[in-house]
Amino acid sequence: MIKTLLATAAAVSLGAAAQAQTIGFSQIGSESGWRAAETTLTRQQAEERGIDLRFSDAQQRQENQIAAIRSFIAQGVDAILLAPVVATGWDSVLEEAQEAEIPVVLLDRQVDSSEDLYLTAVGSDLVHEGEVAGQWLVDTVGDDECRVVELQGTTGSSPAIDRKTGFENAIEGHDNIEIVRSQTGDFTRTGGKEVMESFLQAEGGGGEICALYAHNDDMAIGAIQAMKEAGVNPGEDVLVVSIDAVPDIFQAMANGDANATVELTPNMAGPAFDALEAYMEDGTEPEKFIQTESKLYTQDDDPMAEYEARKDLGY
Amino acid sequence: MPQAIRRVLPQLLTLLAVILLVSAFFPGFLQVDYERGRLVGPIIDVIKRGAPVALLAVGMTLVIATRGIDLSVGATMAICGACAAWAISSGYGLIPALAVALAAGLLAGLWNGTLVAVFGIQPIVATLILMTAGRGVAQLITEGRILTFTHDGFAFFGSGAILGLPAPAVIWVLAAILFTLLVRRTALGLLIESIGINRRASTLAGINSRVLLIAVYMASGFCAAWAGIIATADIRGADANNSGLWLELDAILAVVIGGNSLLGGRFSIAASVLGAMIIQAIDTGILLAGFPSEFNLVIKAALVLVILVLQSPSLAPRMARAARRRRGTPVGRTAAREAGE
Repeated sequence: MIKTLLATAAAVSLGAAAQAQTIGFSQIGSESGWRAAETTLTRQQAEERGIDLRFSDAQQRQENQIAAIRSFIAQGVDAILLAPVVATGWDSVLEEAQEAEIPVVLLDRQVDSSEDLYLTAVGSDLVHEGEVAGQWLVDTVGDDECRVVELQGTTGSSPAIDRKTGFENAIEGHDNIEIVRSQTGDFTRTGGKEVMESFLQAEGGGGEICALYAHNDDMAIGAIQAMKEAGVNPGEDVLVVSIDAVPDIFQAMANGDANATVELTPNMAGPAFDALEAYMEDGTEPEKFIQTESKLYTQDDDPMAEYEARKDLGY
Repeated sequence: MPQAIRRVLPQLLTLLAVILLVSAFFPGFLQVDYERGRLVGPIIDVIKRGAPVALLAVGMTLVIATRGIDLSVGATMAICGACAAWAISSGYGLIPALAVALAAGLLAGLWNGTLVAVFGIQPIVATLILMTAGRGVAQLITEGRILTFTHDGFAFFGSGAILGLPAPAVIWVLAAILFTLLVRRTALGLLIESIGINRRASTLAGINSRVLLIAVYMASGFCAAWAGIIATADIRGADANNSGLWLELDAILAVVIGGNSLLGGRFSIAASVLGAMIIQAIDTGILLAGFPSEFNLVIKAALVLVILVLQSPSLAPRMARAARRRRGTPVGRTAAREAGE
């Protein structure tokens, strides 16, 4: 009798392990709309796949994340998703997870630890995002002369450096395209608006500017307002291309004020779950870096529908 | 020379020097055109963009005159902007939105003032509480996103024009004039100064320092509310993470460049708002000059350092004496006349 019970219990638990996985997710916090959207999408993806997601918000603190991972290990979860708040200091806790044979997938950001300590990292290539934006401009202006103004992200931050590099890579060899002014707008709407006002003053009221490249959508939205107030028609007089694909930029595209945006997808969990599924099924080792698609959206991609699809994700 | 002009003369000269310096790098700095019913030009941008810091500096001057400091004004801006954007996007209309924002600012000031005046907590600590917590409160109101709205009446406070002048500029100039009249046409200014010099003695002399201190912090909150309204109307959205971020430090800097002592006592609102314009002229000048953005903060810091050293107590009188000697005024007689003033 006892034997049958034990066998049934074992069969049930095995069956449960095969179907409903438990996955722990240690999120950085909710410091930006993008991060909130990432949390929402991770929950959605988990629900669609029937995964029991244990969520932990670290409120920007590494010690909270380490505590969360230890607690996930103690709970015996099947896998752990980690969006690390900083790059260093993860070795010991990742080793603990490895000893417990729990695969760890990094989301969005990288760590400095040895590659053996985690299964894979899912993220976007920031340089590639800049290249997609630059390539769009190259294709759009053709051989026409084009004076570009650039709104950089926060000086010294890796998105600012990489998105600048990528854009410059793309326009290299196209001598008709030239970045004439480049300043930081700190990734904010106010910053974008203030710096664009000075660009317009410095470039003859905007008549000499052909395109604006902003390192994120928020700065582009601020700059669009600055252009409208200065009597410049954004989207026509000045082409506007930016990165992130937040809902509001789709509204601007629907109004004809912005031309293109490159998506930094908040759906990092989808590819992570796919990789985990393959790994658990037959032990397929994924690549150490899974690059998410940097998709280009223009005014032809039904921006209003994209806006409706995104506006409730928590951006 | 009238006393009022002489008080702000160093700030006026500094502003002039900054304008000349920027003009050397960007020749069109002083050019002003009239387009589509409004004045446009870099210098107009300066008085428009400088509005939040100038408004904060008005309130901050009063607080600093009482030997206090208000670190929470940046966070208060975020709260008031969030309140206004929430009211507008919920369809309450312009007047309720302004009322809610101003009430939030006054409430923030009441909170700070109560901690300082009633509980005797040091101002830097008392206002640090709201500085840290306030942005969280603002995020709760906006639910962590940039709360956008379309309302031309409210957007007017950020991008409208009154008689060709940008609305934010008109607001800060009016606020500076009103507060100056309020404290200089009554005894309030004198009472504020006396609290800053010696609160205990002032209280013993019959000044209700508790009420006056709370009122001063509420004035600072009121100014911060207007700054928040302008910042929110400007981008037609409340950005709780970034609205007014670090502006409390620029406001304190403006007060200091205005020659007001952080130890309290005598103060000049006019000099503080000139200080705010000096800071903004530097900021706008850096953007126009087209240096790589890595240099922004270094250039700003270097210029501020030069300005403060020239105004320092050990250097400024020496330079003034040297100037007089060149003019041939005997030093002794000038000193005697100054003593007699």
